[in-house]
Amino acid sequence: MSDTQATPEALTLDVRNMLCPMPVIKTGERVATLAPGDELSILATDPGTLHDVPAWCRVHGHTVLATTQEGRNITVRIRVEAP
Amino acid sequence: MKHPKKAVALISGGLDSLLAAKVVMDQGVHVEGLNFFTGFCVEGHTHAIRTTRTASRQSSPRNNALWVAEQLGIKLHILDVIDDYKDVVLNPKHGYGKNLNPCVDCKVFMVNRAQTWGFMQDGGFDFVITGEVLGQRPKSQIREKLGIIAKDSGVQDRLLRPLSAKHLDPTLPEREGWVDREQLYDFHGRNRKPQIALAESLGFEDWAQPAGGCCFLADPEYSNRLGDMWRARNKREYGLDDIMLLKVGRHLRPSPNFKLLIGREEGENQYLEGYKQQFTHLRITSHKGPLSLLDGKATPDELQLAARIVARYSQGKMDATVDVSIHHPDGVSEALTVAPMPPQKIEKHWHV
Repeated sequence: MSDTQATPEALTLDVRNMLCPMPVIKTGERVATLAPGDELSILATDPGTLHDVPAWCRVHGHTVLATTQEGRNITVRIRVEAP
Repeated sequence: MKHPKKAVALISGGLDSLLAAKVVMDQGVHVEGLNFFTGFCVEGHTHAIRTTRTASRQSSPRNNALWVAEQLGIKLHILDVIDDYKDVVLNPKHGYGKNLNPCVDCKVFMVNRAQTWGFMQDGGFDFVITGEVLGQRPKSQIREKLGIIAKDSGVQDRLLRPLSAKHLDPTLPEREGWVDREQLYDFHGRNRKPQIALAESLGFEDWAQPAGGCCFLADPEYSNRLGDMWRARNKREYGLDDIMLLKVGRHLRPSPNFKLLIGREEGENQYLEGYKQQFTHLRITSHKGPLSLLDGKATPDELQLAARIVARYSQGKMDATVDVSIHHPDGVSEALTVAPMPPQKIEKHWHV
């Protein structure tokens, strides 16, 4: 785990009320600060996140661990992989 | 072992940039994609806002640039350039196109950014690829403008347009043998058949076909709204929220003092909810109706006018009266009962 991201709060990215592609951009910026093995939960409301974040993970080689949707609230949990 | 050359490809999500990247990849070049979010992109936001349109047009909405990257098997880096892009929109050195689309300056900006981004990566990148096709767009893709883009971006002859390369002077990647010019193309003009034939020969069965281009600034209605906003504020400036709201709802300016933004469907109403604290907003309380934002400062008489206009777009439009609640950003609310404005009384010139 990266030192600066040791708390559970630090491993959550809140992009609720942002519209795509901003959730993807913010995910990319945040992942760049993390280490392989770190897990990040992305909280979103734009349904496009369900497509775009997994697509972004596929092209960058990261792993989607789970996606959940409750009403408008979407959570995508990913694991950062080595480049 | 000799390391392969590396290229940054501008990936819009359309067919041309997909093909340009693919034909260079097929020559053994390591390609990574860049996609810039300027705030004016048609993709993404618009799909997300307009729920019913999305559902009817695309059962599974996708970000086409990411989709292209997946098809190509390359990394795609999406960069937020909203703030830096303002200077392109507000002060285009090469002017605007038919609307407020600064296409030449936009491409200069993006090609320059691509090179800068490439320099900053480990090991650097050797050249930049775009999907530009000579003569495809009458103002921004003529020979003279392609030269300006290469020169003003600072990328010079490290800018390769694989789809029209044979119509252009050999670039550094061609002269140095990083790519074989003979395997590049001579596409020209607006005819899309050569691109479609190439796509099919490369095994692609699907690609995005954005109607009306990928940038809102090329859209007459959007440009008109942006110009109206600048005139109303007496200042040419914008923030992300401004340019987002220009994409949403009906816009009517019945007075120089204010403009109404009226949601057209549930997705837009939901989107406007996110802005209700920043604006005076109007809700229909006696019938189903849109959420409306009032941008500006209205007098009491003008609030009455605004309520009548909003009521016209509610399900009570045929009734004698409609109840409207008006909420101001300072927390003060008021209730009005108004006669919906008849359609013929909505002046054409109010529509922005």
